[in-house]
Amino acid sequence: MAVITIDKVSRWFGNVVAVNDVTMSIGPGITGLLGPNGAGKSTLIHMMSGFLAPSSGTVALDGTRIWRNQEVYRQIGLVPEKESMYDYLTGWQFVLANAELHGLPDPGAAAERALALVEMGYAQDRHTGTYSKGMKQRVKMASALVHDPAVLLLDEPFNGMDPRQRLHLMELLRRFGADGRTVLFSSHILEEVEQLARHIEVVVAGRHAASGDFREIRRLMTDRPHRYLVRSSDDRRLAAALIADGSTSGIEFDPAAESIGGSAAGALRIQAIDFQGFTTLLPKVARAAGIRLYTVSPADESLESVFSYLVSS
Amino acid sequence: MNTTVARLTARGLFGRRRVLILLAVPVLLLGVALLTRGSDLDRLDLVHKILGTLALGTLVPVIGLVVGTGVIATEIEDGSIVYLLAKPLPRWKIITTKLAVAVGSTWLLSAVPMYVAGLILYGTGGRVALGYTVGALASGAAYSAVFLLLGVLTRHAVIAGLAYALIWESLIGGYVSGAQTLSIQQWGLSLTESIVTEGAVIAPVELPTALCLLVVVVLGATAYASVKLAGLTLGSEE
Repeated sequence: MAVITIDKVSRWFGNVVAVNDVTMSIGPGITGLLGPNGAGKSTLIHMMSGFLAPSSGTVALDGTRIWRNQEVYRQIGLVPEKESMYDYLTGWQFVLANAELHGLPDPGAAAERALALVEMGYAQDRHTGTYSKGMKQRVKMASALVHDPAVLLLDEPFNGMDPRQRLHLMELLRRFGADGRTVLFSSHILEEVEQLARHIEVVVAGRHAASGDFREIRRLMTDRPHRYLVRSSDDRRLAAALIADGSTSGIEFDPAAESIGGSAAGALRIQAIDFQGFTTLLPKVARAAGIRLYTVSPADESLESVFSYLVSS
Repeated sequence: MNTTVARLTARGLFGRRRVLILLAVPVLLLGVALLTRGSDLDRLDLVHKILGTLALGTLVPVIGLVVGTGVIATEIEDGSIVYLLAKPLPRWKIITTKLAVAVGSTWLLSAVPMYVAGLILYGTGGRVALGYTVGALASGAAYSAVFLLLGVLTRHAVIAGLAYALIWESLIGGYVSGAQTLSIQQWGLSLTESIVTEGAVIAPVELPTALCLLVVVVLGATAYASVKLAGLTLGSEE
């Protein structure tokens, strides 16, 4: 089990606070580090990869401090955001050099295995300077995986990739996550994180805004309105019963909503203030009034909406 | 020494356009030696001028600057140093390996052609060629170490190095004798003075002082560069 622990970490550059009192722990599986540009994601990854000292607090891998400790790289594989990677080497030479630098007993075999893993064997004899963005990313991945690390850190790995390369990389990362590796990637694009990571850490303006499964994150924000789409056997009566309770702030009857199953056309769009209160209230009210619920679906549980709430707060 | 680091460093140093600047120096030196060989100028005076003023005074610091910064500053600048640093390699090993490549290259590109140029101009007489070559070996090593350190310390290593070589050594060192004590060029010249038996080599720094300073500077710069590399910060531009 490789766990990165970030404990009360702040980092400032002169007067600018890039990361502000962040505490989080990243364990096996895929974690998405999400936030808009300039939120401090790269700063956090730099600290996790030992290329930046926290101004205060500690960043550790399994209890060992990462800063100024080169031994951690036996466990960490790093895929940096920057593209420069010794352009005068071929893919093979580059990955082999990385294997040698790790002091592996059989660097040739390790390089071959890593290149096969990212399916770059076919282009391994070309200079990395001639590679496309996606190919570079994959060779960078191979160099990070050459020593079979327990932790993989990727800084904005999908930047500039075309959709096909993106899918390929996602599949690769899913495989590493399923292997029980600790995979952390940063992104400012919600769909990427949503597609790939079950566990999400959200950073906004240097602060740790939320943590957890994205549905959970949504639930944690109980002080924010939650929107639901509800279909029932009698929408208008249900609306009347619900509006009497304080956990609901607005109900809209949408006659245009398409009908599903046995329900009549139309549905209720409900804005709940108190998530906990509403989820217990709704079935009670429905039962008391003898109304059948056909559909209760959260209307805005996409990451996009979670994120926009966090950013606007 | 780490052979992989050495290989990557050497390929980076000679694999780019930089190699043209680097090779221009020995070509220039040998060219000047060959051209002036047939002239009726005073041979002894000529060999001192070419090996002393031109080579030791200008070409060695230039080579030292291009090579010393070239072995590390480029990698730090473009970020590819990450691939060396994200490894369980002691930082002093990376620095000493890069220094060895830098010193070897500086010697190859300056001291060796200097010796050949000296032979062309004046043979082995008066140990002039040998004297300047030893001076170049010593100052070349010191320049490499100092400019490598500058490459780790600042993103403007070439400018800082040029400022040192041109302003401090050439300009201030030319007028203020105190400044000469802290001049790598003068330390090298001090070694030259102790070897050459013909002609006037005047080194303002005593040999023991020069030797001490050379050792202290090379060791100190290497140690400090290792410490700074271990704490190298990326992404501070955010």
